[in-house]
Amino acid sequence: MPQIFSRRANTIARLSIILIVLFFIALGWLGYAGFWSSYTTMVNVPLTQPVPFSHKHHVTDDGIDCRYCHTGVENARFAGVPPTETCMTCHSQIFRDAPMLEPVRASLRENVPIRWNRVNDLPDFVYFDHSIHVQKGIGCSTCHGPVDQMPLTWKGESLYMKWCLDCHRAPQNFVRENSDVFNMRWHAPSDQKVRGAQLLIAHHIETEHLTDCSTCHR
Amino acid sequence: MMKDECRMTNAMFARLRRVRVILHSAFILLLFSACRQGMYNQAKQKPLSQSDFFSDGASARPLPLHTISRESASTDALIGATNPDGTLVTKPPVPLTKELLYRGKERFEIYCAVCHDRTGSGNGMIVQRGFPHPPAFTETRLRNAPIGHFYDVITNGYGAMYPYAARVEPRDRWAIAAYIRALQLSRSGTINDVPTDQRAELESQVQ
Ligand code: HEC
Ligand code: HEC
Ligand code: HEC
Ligand code: HEC
Ligand code: HEC
Ligand code: HEC
Repeated sequence: MPQIFSRRANTIARLSIILIVLFFIALGWLGYAGFWSSYTTMVNVPLTQPVPFSHKHHVTDDGIDCRYCHTGVENARFAGVPPTETCMTCHSQIFRDAPMLEPVRASLRENVPIRWNRVNDLPDFVYFDHSIHVQKGIGCSTCHGPVDQMPLTWKGESLYMKWCLDCHRAPQNFVRENSDVFNMRWHAPSDQKVRGAQLLIAHHIETEHLTDCSTCHR
Repeated sequence: MMKDECRMTNAMFARLRRVRVILHSAFILLLFSACRQGMYNQAKQKPLSQSDFFSDGASARPLPLHTISRESASTDALIGATNPDGTLVTKPPVPLTKELLYRGKERFEIYCAVCHDRTGSGNGMIVQRGFPHPPAFTETRLRNAPIGHFYDVITNGYGAMYPYAARVEPRDRWAIAAYIRALQLSRSGTINDVPTDQRAELESQVQ
């Protein structure tokens, strides 16, 4: 009986099996990379805004505290974006005729709030509360990145469930002194393990239920 | 004949059932995809979300004229810089404690220091960028002003300065007012005002 397949067929068969496996691995990797890339997460992508508001100028150059504008952050679920009146406490006098600030003046004139584009936006089925994080020593920069350096605001972290859980499983790696919560330059000190464990006790942080589904999905 | 027809319909049913399974699963998948978006952005209002319903495009409503919120009713006793006869209050309605002064310091440095400077000189960063210069708190007029005046300025604003009532709650306004008094005193303090047992520590800090 003559051979139907040439001798090379074995090699081709083996090769194509390997190639198919590789193809699926690459597909998986591509999906994973796509899921975590800034294209999907929007991390580090500055958003355009109706007014080119710069945290770098207002926070670093002018020394304005976060709470001057984000009043709710210590006591409320919601940090809050400042109303037009807050801008006007300064811009009624300085840059009062700048064309850049026309949307702010128009908003005051017509009594219509400015429509800022959301930078950080959790799905509506997730419950989040700023006050508990801020009061228990989790700093703004851990979740929002170096806001004081941003000429236009961008997202500091993915806000994926994994990201929340990475901290809820081991908050001792991130917790700081209350006096450092608004410190945008804070980096974990070399003895964070020891200090973190002490701070968990000092701030009464209970890790027992932090990873329960109902903590964040209620 | 009848038997044949029956067999036909049975086969058709079988085929139909298969189609139905496919259709159903497609429908269920469709439901899931719809759910995802629906659950991500639910038809509910969160703080500061927009709304087509009201003419200003916001879901949150301002307080109707001549009304106050329930929470602010509980701080009623703290509200108001004037006595019933119209004169300014000279003694704050909250106990003057060390904690209150530290709270006042913290709040002053958040809301006031950008213009008034941390010492109250009026040379804050925003003033250096062109904002009108506020008076130094050490002016004789302000030294002699009753403490109610500072509460009143925070609540209602003063000249070029906007009111801060929306951002600083009544208790904190008294804390800031008390801290301004402390700033005024500190500017004219001498070493003799410091208790003898703490002088050495203070002097070591100066050097
Ligand atoms: C002068 C007022 C002002 C100050 C001070 C200020 N912010 Fe903001 N912040 C804004 C405004 C206005 C926006 C909305 C526009 C934007 O996203 O850039 C904003 C947006 C943000 C956002 C993104 C909100 C979103 O859409 O998800 C974060 C996070 C934030 N600020 C953090 C901070 C932190 C941290 C500080 C202190 C270091 C700070 N801000 C100080 C005015 C201010
Ligand atoms: C406490 C005072 C203060 C407040 C409140 C404030 N600004 Fe400013 N703003 C400044 C100063 C000072 C500058 C000049 C910045 C500089 O050159 O450092 C400035 C500059 C700007 C500029 C010009 C571009 C730039 O960044 O230099 C824009 C736009 C602006 N502000 C928008 C806003 C908006 C929008 C708000 C309200 C959310 C706001 N500001 C609130 C003090 C303030
Ligand atoms: C544990 C992480 C975490 C910390 C710490 C944190 N934030 Fe946020 N922040 C978030 C998340 C998540 C959102 C998005 C909330 C949403 O979409 O409902 C957000 C949203 C915001 C917004 C947009 C308005 C809002 O409330 O949704 C501002 C402004 C803001 N944060 C400022 C701050 C400031 C200022 C601090 C520091 C005092 C801070 N955040 C600390 C996670 C954090
Ligand atoms: C860097 C650390 C960190 C990150 C990131 C973080 N959390 Fe937390 N979270 C904490 C700590 C610490 C507590 C306080 C636990 C306690 O009080 O015992 C807390 C508490 C909470 C609570 C309140 C639990 C209760 O008992 O009421 C909720 C809700 C919550 N986090 C949601 C989230 C969500 C949603 C995210 C992600 C978007 C997130 N957190 C990200 C550290 C973090
Ligand atoms: C620390 C807070 C936190 C806890 C605890 C938590 N989640 Fe989540 N979960 C989130 C966040 C944040 C998201 C949104 C992620 C995103 O932006 O897609 C989410 C999304 C989800 C989604 C939707 C995923 C998608 O992309 O459609 C499911 C399903 C889910 N969580 C299930 C669970 C279950 C089950 C548990 C308990 C084992 C749990 N979660 C515990 C924060 C949490
Ligand atoms: C944006 C800059 C700015 C900020 C922030 C600010 N002020 Fe003022 N303040 C002024 C200016 C300007 C004046 C002078 C107003 C005038 O005479 O027209 C003033 C005046 C005053 C006066 C003197 C009133 C008088 O009788 O002459 C007091 C007291 C005062 N401010 C207290 C405060 C307190 C307390 C805060 C914080 C809650 C604060 N200010 C925040 C700019 C500011």
